[in-house]
Amino acid sequence: MEIEKMEQYASQTRRDIVRMVAAVSSGHPGGSLGCADFFTVMYHKIMKHNPEKFTMDGKGEDLFFLSNGHISPVWYSTLARANYFPVSELATFRKLNSRLQGHPSVDHHLPGIRAASGSLGQGLSMAIGAAETKKLNKDDRFVYVLMGDGELQEGQIWEAAMYAAAKNVDNIIASVDYNGRQIDGDVEDVLSLGDLKQKWQAFGWETLVVDGHNMEELITTYEKAQSLSGKGKPVMVLLKTEMGQGVDFMTGTHKWHGAAPNAEQLENALSQLEETLGDY
Amino acid sequence: MEKNIKILGEKDTRSGFGEGLHELGKSHPNVVALCADLTGSLKMNAFENDFSERFFQVGISEANMISMAAGMTIGGKVPYTGTFANFSTGRVYDQIRQSVAYSGKNVKICASHAGLTLGEDGATHQILEDIGMMKMLPNMTVIVPADFNQTKQATKAIADLDSPVYLRFGRPKVPIFVADDAEFVIGKADTIFEGKDVSIIACGHMVYKAIEAAQELAKEGIDAEVINMHTIKPIDAKAILATAKKTGCVVTAEEHMINGGLGDSVAQILSRNTPTPQEYVGVNDTFGESATPAELMTKYNIDTADVIAAAKKAISRK
Repeated sequence: MEIEKMEQYASQTRRDIVRMVAAVSSGHPGGSLGCADFFTVMYHKIMKHNPEKFTMDGKGEDLFFLSNGHISPVWYSTLARANYFPVSELATFRKLNSRLQGHPSVDHHLPGIRAASGSLGQGLSMAIGAAETKKLNKDDRFVYVLMGDGELQEGQIWEAAMYAAAKNVDNIIASVDYNGRQIDGDVEDVLSLGDLKQKWQAFGWETLVVDGHNMEELITTYEKAQSLSGKGKPVMVLLKTEMGQGVDFMTGTHKWHGAAPNAEQLENALSQLEETLGDY
Repeated sequence: MEKNIKILGEKDTRSGFGEGLHELGKSHPNVVALCADLTGSLKMNAFENDFSERFFQVGISEANMISMAAGMTIGGKVPYTGTFANFSTGRVYDQIRQSVAYSGKNVKICASHAGLTLGEDGATHQILEDIGMMKMLPNMTVIVPADFNQTKQATKAIADLDSPVYLRFGRPKVPIFVADDAEFVIGKADTIFEGKDVSIIACGHMVYKAIEAAQELAKEGIDAEVINMHTIKPIDAKAILATAKKTGCVVTAEEHMINGGLGDSVAQILSRNTPTPQEYVGVNDTFGESATPAELMTKYNIDTADVIAAAKKAISRK
C-alpha cells in the first residue's frame, strides 16, 4: 500500500478511536492515537497475514500480540479496516455482548486476536512462546509484539527479555510504544526507565529507534528489523511516539491515557481528523 | 467388609509425572515441556535427554514460563510446565488467569512438592491453597492423583484434553495401589472400597490415609466406603450423591486448606442436592513448618487417626 493511502487509514483509525471511546465514555484514547501510524504500517505494509481466513495457529503467517491491551481501540479499528471483521462492529466497543471487550479477549472469538491482554507484562513472554513454536514447526514467519513503555516496569518483561536473548529467539520483532507517559504522569517521574536503548542492548537485543509517526521511516525500520532477524538475536524497535498524536489537546500530557472526550471535545477532535474511508 | 488392597510398591508421585511425560515424548510429537530450574526435582530429565529439542529450560522465571507456554500453544504445541506447586500457582496466578485460562490456552501446569509433605523446606514452599486458586478459574481442570501409577496415567491422559489443566502431585515416596494398567478417566472418581456406614472422599496422598483409616475402622465394625476423587474439577457429582445416599455421611480428606479445597467442592454438591453430615480432614487455616512429612501430617491433623476420628464423628451426626 502507498504511503498516501496509509495516511488515510491512519486518519480514519484516529477518528474511529475517539468516536469509540466517546460513545461509551470510557477507554484509552491517548496511547491508541499515538500508535495509529505504527498499526497502519504493520497491517498494511509489513506483516504477512490473512484477514479473510483468520486462524488461531496462524501457520505460515506473521503473528501480532498486543501486550498493552488497554490501547485496544487502535487495534480494533486497524483489524476492522483491514477486513478482519465488519467495520460496523466498532460501534459495539465496551458494550454488553460485544466481541470488542475493553481489553482484548479470546473467548469472544474476535478474528485477529490470539491472546487476552490487559494485565501488563505478559505479551512478550507469549510472543516468545509463539516464536519458539514457529521454530519447532519450521515456520519462517515473524512474531511481532507491542508493549507500552510504562509496562516495562513489570518484572516479567525482563524475564522474557533475558530468555529471548539467551535462547537465541531471533524470529521475534518486539516494539515499545516509547511515548514517555503513563497513567500517573511522565514515565521519567513515576519510575524512570533509564537509558532504554542501552538496557535492551545490554539484555542482548538488536535495538532500533524510530520516529513512530513517520511512515517512511517506520517501513524502512521494520524492513531493517526483518533483515536483522535470523541471526541469533531478538530485535527491539523503540517507537518514539506522542501520546494523543493527531488531536492537539490530547498531546503533551498524560491526562488522556484513560479518559474519554465529552461531546464538545469529540467534535473538536474530529474537526482535526479527516474522514477518509467513511465513519463506521 | 473386607478392606484388602494390593500394594504394588512405593514411589513418589513426581516420578510418575516424569515417566508419563517421557512416554508422551514418544507418543505425542506435539508435547513440549518447560521447566523453571527444577528439572531433577520434577523428574523431567528423561524427557529433557531424549527430546531436547522440545524441552525448554527457562531458568528461575516462572511468570515468563507460564505465559510462554500459553504462547507455544499457538501453532499446536501442548506445553507441560514443571515447577513446585507454590511457584506453579501462587507466584503466577495472574499469568495463569490471563495468559492461560482466560485466553483458553491448552497448557498443562504440572506442580510437584505440593502440601505439607514437602517437609523440611518449611512453610514458604508448602502451598496449601493451590487447589482452591486453580479450581476457581473458569476453563481450568484440576487433578490430584493418588499414587505413582495414577500420576503417570493422569499425566498421559491430560495430553488429549484440549484445555488447561492443573496437575498436582508431591515429593515423598508413598504406597502404590492403583493398577499399572488402570484407565484414568478425567472427572470420574474411583471407588476403592465399597462400604455402607460412612463415605471417605479423598484426593492425593490422603487417599492412602483413607485406605488405612477404612482398614482400622473395619476392625471396629465400621464399614467405610473409600472414594479416590482424583479430579477436583470437574467434580464427579454423580459419585458424591450416590455414596452419600448409600452411607448417609461423608468425610473429605485432603492435603490442603479446608478453605477452598476438595471438601468445599463436595459440600457444594451435597448442600444443593441432599444435605448430608460432612466432616473435613484438612489443614485448618494455618501455615505449615519444617519437619518430616509424617510429623507434619500428625501435627496438622491430616493423618490416618484424624480420618478415623472424622469418620466416627460423621457417623454420630447421622
